[in-house]
Amino acid sequence: MSKRCERLVDAGRRQFLRGGAVAAAGAAVVTVAPGEAQAAPASAQLDYPSNKLSNVADLAVNEPVDIEYPDADSPGVLLKLGTAVEGGVGPDGDIVAYSVLCPHQGWFLNYNGDDKTFNCPGHYSRYDAEAGGQQIWGHATQNLPQFTLRVADNGDIFAEGCSDLIFGRPSNVL
Amino acid sequence: MAHKRQIDRLPIPPKGAKVHNVTCHYCIVGCGYKAYTWDRNKQGTATDNALGIDLSEQQGADGTWLKPSNYNIVKQDGKDVHLAIYADQDCVVNSGLASVRGARMAENRPSEVTGTQQQRLTDPLVWKYGTWVPTSWDDAQDLVAQVTARAIKEGSEDDLVVSMFDHGGSAGGYENTWGTGKLYFQSMNIKHCRIHNRPAYNSEVHSSRDMGVDELNYGYKDYQVTDTIVMWGANPLECQTNVFLNHMKPGMQNGAKFILVDPRRTVTLNAAEDIAGTENTLHLAINEGTDMALANAIMTIIVDNGWTDDAYVANNTFQDGIAVEQDAAHPAALGSLDEAMKSIRMSAEQAAEICGVSADDIRKAASWIAEPMGGARAKCIIGYEKGVIWGNDNYRTVGSLVNIGLATGNIGQEGGGVCRMGGHQEGYFRPPEPFVGRPPTYIDQLLINGGGKVHHIWACDHYKTTLNITEFKKAYKKRADMVKDAIDAAAGGSREDMINAIVDAVNAGGLFVVDVDVIHTKIGQNAHVILPAVEANEMNLTSMNGERRLRLSEKYMDGPGVAMPDCLIAAGMAQNMERVLRAMGDDAYADKFMGYDWETEEDAFMDGYNSGNPEVTYDRLRAMGNNGVQEPVVGHENGQLIGTERLYADGKFTRHGRDDMKALFCASGWRGWQAEGKADEQAAHRFWVNNGRANIFWQNLFLDQANDFVMDRYPYPFVEMNPDDMADLGVGAGDLVELYNGNGATQAMAYPTPTAKRNQVFMVFAHPNGAQGNIINPGVNELVLPDYKHCWADIRKISDAPASVKGISMKSKEYTA
Ligand code: SF4
Ligand code: FES
Repeated sequence: MSKRCERLVDAGRRQFLRGGAVAAAGAAVVTVAPGEAQAAPASAQLDYPSNKLSNVADLAVNEPVDIEYPDADSPGVLLKLGTAVEGGVGPDGDIVAYSVLCPHQGWFLNYNGDDKTFNCPGHYSRYDAEAGGQQIWGHATQNLPQFTLRVADNGDIFAEGCSDLIFGRPSNVL
Repeated sequence: MAHKRQIDRLPIPPKGAKVHNVTCHYCIVGCGYKAYTWDRNKQGTATDNALGIDLSEQQGADGTWLKPSNYNIVKQDGKDVHLAIYADQDCVVNSGLASVRGARMAENRPSEVTGTQQQRLTDPLVWKYGTWVPTSWDDAQDLVAQVTARAIKEGSEDDLVVSMFDHGGSAGGYENTWGTGKLYFQSMNIKHCRIHNRPAYNSEVHSSRDMGVDELNYGYKDYQVTDTIVMWGANPLECQTNVFLNHMKPGMQNGAKFILVDPRRTVTLNAAEDIAGTENTLHLAINEGTDMALANAIMTIIVDNGWTDDAYVANNTFQDGIAVEQDAAHPAALGSLDEAMKSIRMSAEQAAEICGVSADDIRKAASWIAEPMGGARAKCIIGYEKGVIWGNDNYRTVGSLVNIGLATGNIGQEGGGVCRMGGHQEGYFRPPEPFVGRPPTYIDQLLINGGGKVHHIWACDHYKTTLNITEFKKAYKKRADMVKDAIDAAAGGSREDMINAIVDAVNAGGLFVVDVDVIHTKIGQNAHVILPAVEANEMNLTSMNGERRLRLSEKYMDGPGVAMPDCLIAAGMAQNMERVLRAMGDDAYADKFMGYDWETEEDAFMDGYNSGNPEVTYDRLRAMGNNGVQEPVVGHENGQLIGTERLYADGKFTRHGRDDMKALFCASGWRGWQAEGKADEQAAHRFWVNNGRANIFWQNLFLDQANDFVMDRYPYPFVEMNPDDMADLGVGAGDLVELYNGNGATQAMAYPTPTAKRNQVFMVFAHPNGAQGNIINPGVNELVLPDYKHCWADIRKISDAPASVKGISMKSKEYTA
């Protein structure tokens, strides 16, 4: 696959993180029907699911793990950085999770483990995994949506919220 | 820690929402957007909405998505409405792409509900009782007219100094340049005026125009069919983002090679390497200020190899020696190719020595630019911008680039062009101003030296965006304070006493300052009357982009408070001048201020632009939508305005106004540093302080300074430094440093940049927390064009990174695959 090809929809979503040279562009194809409309009165804030992502013991430093949160159409990554960061969780304060749909136009981000950045083959935006997903340079008008994490006593890691609107949806919980 | 919006859902535009055509009011590119507005108590649903798409599904890449930054609640006809702005997929300029500037249009609107941009001016302010006090338009305009009329009547129109924007987009546009232009160039003949970004009233590209070549001569789609794209002193991925992404990128994917002439490695080059491959990319990282030597060597190679387009040169360019002699108004002679070559001629080796790049690379560049392929003319576009315009020897350097385009037959032809890339959009329609003179008056020096009595400022902030700011501020503040003191001392007296006190103060060397702007600016700190203006989309506004594409960007909201379009403020000023002059008994002069009975910006448009372009009306532009029409407009048929895709397709060059319609070559002989003081400053200081823009900021941050996303990223201006230089100086990432020289000092935060050359730094140019112009010397060229780019200074550490800087990323800005 040439890295100059564009608009490759549904290109091996599972490989995008480690296939650094592969420009896996395009969003996940929707296969799941949206949930049924709720009749209950709306809450003032969104109800996020609490999803188990992994366990602290299963994470290796600087080896990103593919996740889906809040639902299967929203790809993200769980990452143990190796050094404590603001907002990091876990015993070492170094575990973070982000959406990997670029908040510019929704292309899949690649993770560069050398400098711990997310890079977008769409239009060259970059985000710093160690600085809360801050856009280092680029065209997005927000930083990477960061998932709120909770670590249970047994080391299980749960995602339970999100800092910013995820690309391609009017509500983080569809 | 990075700024988090904590927004996890947005309202959905309902069916029946109003849709407005919007041309992004920030940069020259003028991307198309659609703005939806609807009542605050309504919303659409995921499946039933104005967009006609199923929003319950995750949208794919490049799909429609409302960014939180492009949503707000604003006032429309006095009512709160939702505002949602989407990039227009059908606009040929951007095809649905949004940039980091344009995608923040909505959140950079004033909103009483969401609290954004509360810095916007809502009422006229007048200095009285020792501070600025809000007042009525009548009170403020009367004071302006009383003092201005007295100063002019007791002295002359030369005592009124005017700084006024000449651009489109933003709060400029044909309506507003006409309003101010009619006031100062028709009702009055104001000689002492300057433009928003330079210290005089002049063209940034005099030589191109004198050669017969308008600086915006191509269409953006030419990038998609060209063989070679040359970006010369330009950084389009950052500064003209969607021209790069939507036109140059496809051009490279179609096989175009890419040349960057820039002392600095930029993200533009990095992206071009990714798209075209390093084998099709050439970076000529020349020594600062040596562009013309490089251009002349390339020209010499082209001529010596016979890569010129001889038929084009013979048919379309002047043949008989010198057409225009070098003189005070023309820093180089203009004429035939042969004549020009006498001073241009320079070998690749000579240029290599001057420019600090290899002769082979110069030959390679010449070949990519001009060597015919399969007998056909090589198609090449040369785009240049501030690296050349604010560079060394502006007139000859711009001319040296246009020379290449003319010699190779690339101007007016498909896939060709020698064009400036542009900053703002354009929107200039004013009466002629022969009284300004050429060279024009150096206004900053005039003000520093005590010239002028009244200063009208229209959306210019000389405390951030001029040269020699340290000196300018010192003199300016002192003069303006004399008037403030006089006003304070006259408190309690009659209106007449007040006017007399002000007039006495300006006669004693003071300066009465009227500032028209959208916010209370830095220079506004020294103003006595501040008048609130609106921006694009708070009024209807017409402008053209970098390929002369004219659009009507529609009003979708009210301006804040009683703010008004500049054209109507100018009209009010004229009407007050008329009234005051009549009361002073000067009917003849008062009569000159008639003809401003405009109710709306459309009236100003019809009075101005339409008088010269009778085919063009608001209704017809509205019908043309976001794709508009490329100027010049030549007709109207079947409900469509007929435009011009590319200038000079017929080989008739008109910009200089010569009857023969032949283009002229520029005798652009290399002469080293041209502006005063540059060579000495270079010798005296360690660092070259290159300076310019960054994509995240719009201009001098007048809106971005109140934008959390932007100020979180860069609370201070960055200065990119080589890490070894930082180590030398004991400076860490994010530390505050002072840049200082004999002109003054400024501050920035150090941003480690491994690709930066040693002893060369790059500072973003007009951040409110550190203006680079503080340390730029007053040197200008013969036509009073500033050489902002050439500034040398020493650097010292001020402090460790402040708290606001601590959490922010200091990583390389270059994308990695
Ligand atoms: S590239 Fe320029 S015109 Fe287009 S959206 Fe960005 S700032 Fe606006
Ligand atoms: S989609 Fe990521 S930079 Fe455009």
